[in-house]
Amino acid sequence: MDNTQIFIIAVVVIAVFTIGGGVALAISLYQANRLIIETVSVPRSDIVQDHGGHVSGLGETTRADKWWIEPLWTGFGFLCFVAYANWAGFQGEHYWHGSYLSPFYSPVLFVDLSRVGAAPLEHAWFGIWPDWIRQIWPPFFPTSPAWLILAGPLAFRLTCYYYRKFYYRSYFLSPPGCAVGAMPSNIVAGPTGTKQYKGETGLFIFQNIHRYTWYLAVVYIGILSWDAFISLWEGGEVFHGRIGIGVGSFVLFLNPLLLATYTFGCHSCRHLVGGRKNSFSGKIGARIRFSLWKKVTWLNQRHMLFAWLSMIWVGFSDFYVRMCSMGIINDINTW
Amino acid sequence: MNMDISEIQTFDHDVVVIGAGGAGLRAAIECSAQGLNTGMICKSLLGKAHTVMAEGGAAASLGHTDERDNWKVHFRDTMRGGKFLNQWRMAELHAQHAADRIRELEEWGAVFDRTSDGYINQRPFGGHRYPRLAHTGDRTGLEIIRTLQDYGIHQGIHVHQECTALKLLKDSGKISGVFGYWRDTGRFVLFRTKAVIMATGGAGKIWRVTSNSWEYTGDGMEMAYSAGAELIDMEFAQFHPTGMIWPLSVRGILVTEGVRGEGGILLNSNNERFMFNYTPDRFKEETADSPEEAQRWLDGDASARRPPELLTRDVVAKSIMKEVEAGRGSAHGGAYLDIASRRDGEYIKRKLPSMYHQFKELAEVDITNERMEVGPTLHYMMGGIAVDGDTQMTAVPGLFACGECTGGMHGANRLGGNSLSDLLVFGWLAGKGAKDYVSQLSRPLQIDPEHVEEARREAVGPLNQEGGENPYLLHEELQNIMNDVNIVRTAAGLQRAIESLQELKPKLANIYAAGSSQYNPGWNQALSMRPMFVVAEAVARAALIREESRGAHTRLDFEGEREEWGNINIMICQNADGSMDTRKVDRNAPPDHLAEIAYSNLEDLEGGVHV
Amino acid sequence: MSEYTFRIWRGDSDSGEFVDYKTEVDDGMVVLDVLHRIQAQQAGDMALRWNCKAGKCGSCGMEVNGKPQLACMTRMNTYLEEDVITVQPLKTFPVIKDLVCDVSWNYEQNLKIKPFKPGPTDPDGRYRMSQEDVDRVQEFRKCIECYLCQDVCHVLRDHNRKDVFVGPRFMIRAAGLDMHPLDVEDRIPDIRDEFGSGYCNITRCCTDVCPENITITDNAIIPLKERVADRYYDPIIWLSSKVSGLFQNDSKI
Repeated sequence: MDNTQIFIIAVVVIAVFTIGGGVALAISLYQANRLIIETVSVPRSDIVQDHGGHVSGLGETTRADKWWIEPLWTGFGFLCFVAYANWAGFQGEHYWHGSYLSPFYSPVLFVDLSRVGAAPLEHAWFGIWPDWIRQIWPPFFPTSPAWLILAGPLAFRLTCYYYRKFYYRSYFLSPPGCAVGAMPSNIVAGPTGTKQYKGETGLFIFQNIHRYTWYLAVVYIGILSWDAFISLWEGGEVFHGRIGIGVGSFVLFLNPLLLATYTFGCHSCRHLVGGRKNSFSGKIGARIRFSLWKKVTWLNQRHMLFAWLSMIWVGFSDFYVRMCSMGIINDINTW
Repeated sequence: MNMDISEIQTFDHDVVVIGAGGAGLRAAIECSAQGLNTGMICKSLLGKAHTVMAEGGAAASLGHTDERDNWKVHFRDTMRGGKFLNQWRMAELHAQHAADRIRELEEWGAVFDRTSDGYINQRPFGGHRYPRLAHTGDRTGLEIIRTLQDYGIHQGIHVHQECTALKLLKDSGKISGVFGYWRDTGRFVLFRTKAVIMATGGAGKIWRVTSNSWEYTGDGMEMAYSAGAELIDMEFAQFHPTGMIWPLSVRGILVTEGVRGEGGILLNSNNERFMFNYTPDRFKEETADSPEEAQRWLDGDASARRPPELLTRDVVAKSIMKEVEAGRGSAHGGAYLDIASRRDGEYIKRKLPSMYHQFKELAEVDITNERMEVGPTLHYMMGGIAVDGDTQMTAVPGLFACGECTGGMHGANRLGGNSLSDLLVFGWLAGKGAKDYVSQLSRPLQIDPEHVEEARREAVGPLNQEGGENPYLLHEELQNIMNDVNIVRTAAGLQRAIESLQELKPKLANIYAAGSSQYNPGWNQALSMRPMFVVAEAVARAALIREESRGAHTRLDFEGEREEWGNINIMICQNADGSMDTRKVDRNAPPDHLAEIAYSNLEDLEGGVHV
Repeated sequence: MSEYTFRIWRGDSDSGEFVDYKTEVDDGMVVLDVLHRIQAQQAGDMALRWNCKAGKCGSCGMEVNGKPQLACMTRMNTYLEEDVITVQPLKTFPVIKDLVCDVSWNYEQNLKIKPFKPGPTDPDGRYRMSQEDVDRVQEFRKCIECYLCQDVCHVLRDHNRKDVFVGPRFMIRAAGLDMHPLDVEDRIPDIRDEFGSGYCNITRCCTDVCPENITITDNAIIPLKERVADRYYDPIIWLSSKVSGLFQNDSKI
């Protein structure tokens, strides 16, 4: 196989996953946007006091506690991450420092050597940013390798059973809190629409692809682990450069570790390793399955925690490499 | 004013089961399986009956944890626990069929805890020679009722929820109908039926400290009594030794015997494990005499004898009372129950999850770290409607009974775990009995409109009053009176109780409920007062007659068992003038084969063949 | 002892209003105790359901200060004396009177679920299951049918999709049967089409309110969604089952 073939295969694979994640993101943003517009424009005439003293309508509740804190901070927190990731992706520079590669830019498929803080040529899988991409690339987009990467993990997170909980609550207000009035379905369908709530049987049926995004996420753990390994060699020259360690190496080692705790606690993974079976007892195979299932279950019970930790740490890893590359932070290391 | 009977909503059934706890559901399932058109009435929603409160397990000699167990040992334990006052035939049928009924539940979807080789696990319990209780953590009752419910709804049973039965109707001596009302609308309802199976449970609500809920007002006993059936062994009311005693609002809520089965010990305020001082002679041979031996038993040593905490319920309850009287009680007048120092926290949470939950939520006590405070609580009525052991039919043709509302099966004291298996075995038998009875009926039965009108008039009485007695306060007065008919009794106290009950009767006639008949708890309470008065009087009278202390019946003025009373049951029925008739009845001599088992040595029974 | 104000919804299917009651509260009381005291002293005809008073029967579900709760497990010391405690019936089901709702819809849903169907016994005529196999199922069987999850589920509560979704209670019932090691019935098509697994958007309010602490969403509904995905939404599994189906007849996973 020559380089061209590898290149074509890689592009096809990446395109498929990118489109998957991209579509998910696009739909989410579209829906969220429409909701906001229509909530504002629809008069809240459907508020009725029904029997039992309950009031129907968006946000209506008898709850006296501060139920809105959780959807607010999770919604805001994720928004901050998305904003930072977008900004960082837009930069297209300062993603490499010494032997450190920002996870937002990993794997580096093509490199534009004209940018400051770009990865060395030998770390780009397919070399220089090719001319034909440059020609079709939108002019206002920087030639940033991150654009070919971010959509994959994002698709995993967007279809994740934990993320779904909080973004349905925070962004779709469906419902905003427990026993708090949900976004009425006539609003979702438009003021005159007769459509009813469909949950994940309508547009959101695509959430069922979650297991495929999980396969992809596992590949990313491998790639990021390799990046962590590379970070030990001066200049990123594996087996050639001087071996050493820096604060950045710790940052980059922790990153795939946290991602693994999140990824292997995935509900689809739990299903795959044993949840799909009705029996755990029996021969050696079943016993292995049971012990795997128990471990995944342990992670799964902490899925929310690891989701946030790993997401924050990915962002922080990029931030750390970026700051080093820009010369703002002085990385402490043995080189 | 007479009302036309056709104006009352009417249902037609072959058999009507009153009560939808374990016994009622099992009976209804059997009736349906036998091809009868079956109706079932329950006061609450389906699946809420008190069977859900049964925690420890269902006793059956499956022999999964100890192969030496068989029905004969179970029978012997039951008779000894009941102080040989049990109806021989009932105890025999119960011990023989319990195991099959448990296996049948498994085929219907019940999920019991498992042994390491995959069979139904069994737990040790008070009075049972071997680990015998099939269980699901400490929520076995819930498991059983849910299994029966989910199985039953697919068997074509007509369930009438939130419906209270008030009166049985008869046609020339035979049962022909049931009169009742819907709790939600307050409207009356009539069931035409050829047979009735009573499965209404006990009457714990006549006592103040009880684990029973509002439903247990003795309706079934009273309806059967008023219809001409006899009540038996009414003096025997079981006080469970371990009920919660603090905080006050949860006083009486059950703490499963499973806590002791899993190794829990009872301590007094001096931290002494006092149960070693109270082992009765009869059980000395089978009970550990040192903490060291008890520990070996807990560790699974087959040669060690059982700890004294697992003596029968009457013994443990009385021992706690004696410690309290001697000034060694816990802070709120009970004993300390300690499992925290005996098992690790994870084990406790796995084996006793709802106990952990219950103490955590209701008393803010973490039982994996702290001791529980417990004291006796009225838990179960051994006495009840007298029935024929094989058919479960009462003295009234067409009237059957099963479960706690019957008497005779458990004698003077019930062993823990025998209740759930009792429900299954006798519910099943009652269904069969009803089928046999209904098939031999030759002519259609009638309902007399006069009787319906009379029942209706009685029922609306409290609503039509212009003021009168508050039913809630009257209930409290009744409970105060029953303080004299408590765990220990004297002739003077019992006399006083009977007299007070008579004095209270005019108030009962003058009871008043405000509001309409629609979902009116005040009115519902008013209607349940008469059954409670009848049962209270029956218990007090029977207790006064039995001049000895046996099982759950303790007379301070007549201590110890008297041989002559071992051959006598006390029966109660209604005289023609409505007054209560009590009489002593000589027990039939037991069949030789049963007497042999009951009085034999354990060694002779062990390793016996399953029958 | 201290005095609290309770604002209780009183009424029936036609009309109703909140009524305030002031009452004494003792140490260690739960909301149900207070309601009983009000019933005995001030409002003899106030309707409410209760049975065991120990969180085991699931009869006394209601909304206290807007949260679906069991009145018997809600301790008074979680409230401040100066607060007004609002007590309402469940929102999702029609009110009969005061705090009592008509929950018969739930019993209809249970009937939709195909009953337990055990496979063949072992050669010795007995069934074997090991504890690790039944642990999962036993969690679901802890359910006391209080219907608080049904009440809080926004699919039923706000969107009133009782026509397409059976609610969390019956999703765990279906899960308890589908994961039962002895059961051989295929319920996956029903779970998707009749019970509406796709309508749940896993916002987990059912898990939040469950008094038995059953992890309804993560342990029951999501695994069922994954099983449905296996059958209907996974092209690789679909293909491989087709392929292996060519070689063998038994394709049940």
